[in-house]
Amino acid sequence: MNRFIVPIIGFAILVGFFAIGLNLDPTFVPSPLIGKTMPTFSLPRLGEPDQTVGSDDMLGRFTVLNVWATWCGGCRQEHPVLNRIAEQGDVPIYGLNWKDDAALATDWLRRLGNPYTATAFDEEGRVAIDWGVYGAPETFLIAPDGTILYRHISPMTMDVWKNEFLARIAAARGGS
Amino acid sequence: MNVRRRWFACLLAALMSTAAALDMGAPLADPAQQALYDRLTKEVRCLVCQNQPIGDSSAPLAADLRREIHEMVAAGQSEREIKQFLTDRYGDFVLYKPRYGGPAALLWLAPALLLLFGGAVIWRVVRRRAAMPVDLDDDTGPPAAD
Repeated sequence: MNRFIVPIIGFAILVGFFAIGLNLDPTFVPSPLIGKTMPTFSLPRLGEPDQTVGSDDMLGRFTVLNVWATWCGGCRQEHPVLNRIAEQGDVPIYGLNWKDDAALATDWLRRLGNPYTATAFDEEGRVAIDWGVYGAPETFLIAPDGTILYRHISPMTMDVWKNEFLARIAAARGGS
Repeated sequence: MNVRRRWFACLLAALMSTAAALDMGAPLADPAQQALYDRLTKEVRCLVCQNQPIGDSSAPLAADLRREIHEMVAAGQSEREIKQFLTDRYGDFVLYKPRYGGPAALLWLAPALLLLFGGAVIWRVVRRRAAMPVDLDDDTGPPAAD
């Protein structure tokens, strides 16, 4: 009996490791920017290249930065959800149009609706690198003081919006 | 679904990369800088195709990161500064070789710890066996013919 105890314990530990490891999503990379001040940027505004939009415009209230592109399938999938969130009007959504074609992007917003308070046009992807973006769509939640509270990777859903975004805003408001 | 689509994109990118050479940027004037750039493009992970370094990947993000690193090397920044720039944005995962410290310390120390543990087990077993009386009756040879 006794001689079986050690292998059984070893096996149980292995099973534990596999149970955790095999259920992790290897494509999910946690952002080191959570809890830090958002990277500053100022970019031309999509559709109005002579105007700029930047991190300064996002201060003073809870905002969301949504990274999107017309070549990104998940962005099309989440677009109706963003429109609904914009209709509710609680939190302004800023867009970061990532490595895209300005004409295609403008046309996309005309056809599918424009949920964005303003969209920054990041043609070269430099601002996206500062934000640690690696796959659209990505959505950041930013506090009034510019702190990044959360990042969601993959298309936005109403459930994620309620449970991850609105819940964090409520918690931050209650805590301060 | 998203994962499968990403895999498919990686597969396509891998197939295409055999056909078209990657834009690795203009050669750097200083051979030391060129060597640093070559090394970094092999050591930095492409987060879109996670098992490819950015020097191997035709993903657009990899091209952007190559351009960024190329500019930083040309501007005379050190390897340490460039790696700091990348990990500040993408976390330690962006480096294939994790840096020592924090939770990664366990990763680095694990081989030595396991070796010590195994050594201790062997030492105990050997000592216990050495202490056993030799059993002269346990004759495993063929029975004596008589």
